[in-house]
Amino acid sequence: MSKPAAQHATFSIDRRFDAGIARVYAAFATAEGKARWFAGPNEKWEMLRREFDFRVGGREYLSGRWRAGMAPRADFSVSTFEAFYFDIVPERRIVYAYDMHLDDRHISVSLATLEFTTVGACTELKLTEQGVFLDGFDDAGGRERGTRDLLERLATSL
Amino acid sequence: MQTDALSTTFAALADPTRRAILARLAIGEASVQELAEPFDISLPAVSRHLKVLEHAGLISRGRHAQWRPCRIEAAPLRTAQDWIAERRAEWERNFDQLAAYLAETAPGKTPGDES
Repeated sequence: MSKPAAQHATFSIDRRFDAGIARVYAAFATAEGKARWFAGPNEKWEMLRREFDFRVGGREYLSGRWRAGMAPRADFSVSTFEAFYFDIVPERRIVYAYDMHLDDRHISVSLATLEFTTVGACTELKLTEQGVFLDGFDDAGGRERGTRDLLERLATSL
Repeated sequence: MQTDALSTTFAALADPTRRAILARLAIGEASVQELAEPFDISLPAVSRHLKVLEHAGLISRGRHAQWRPCRIEAAPLRTAQDWIAERRAEWERNFDQLAAYLAETAPGKTPGDES
């Protein structure tokens, strides 16, 4: 089977936070707020570099090194996220595009939309991500992955 | 999303004999004869199943003239679905961290208060 040059996918996640919209929005819009939750898992991942320029046209950057044996896939150590903000409506909407690298492999390019809505004392957040994933993803160990993984996937997909 | 490719994959998986063949191939390569052994069906019937699996990209076959071993291929199952699953899991994990941060910094809450 020939390898596709690009595959497209869209998904969304709805999440309700037990906090007012100003606090939830600030967690996305301020460097201090975002650094507190947007990161790899503490015990498995060490931050290398973080940049955060939250304005239309601004850039965000985050790279980190996975500790030995802790990466989601065995064949890489550094994951890199780079984003550019395209639309910001305070406490309502954020649209940014970002891409991911695993080491030097280009994995995906995505458009992410965050929509904030007040629901009583809580904040409803809707994330929609439209992405294209690139050849690097499949090269990242697709053939080498164990048969156990494959059978688990077979089991869950049926 | 490549619906056609996914449909082909799922159609190929929608047969218990073909799933059993895949399960056998997950252990290692096998010839058509070896694959046919556990089943009460003819070699041509097994060959037809193998063709469906091969067309879906779920297996590949060696090019030796006499012995064409079948081998399982993971690629069709790890396409856009995997990408979504990984991105989704990453977001959920980050959102869990965000929820914890919001709880820690809730108004009226003193630092270190675990109640």
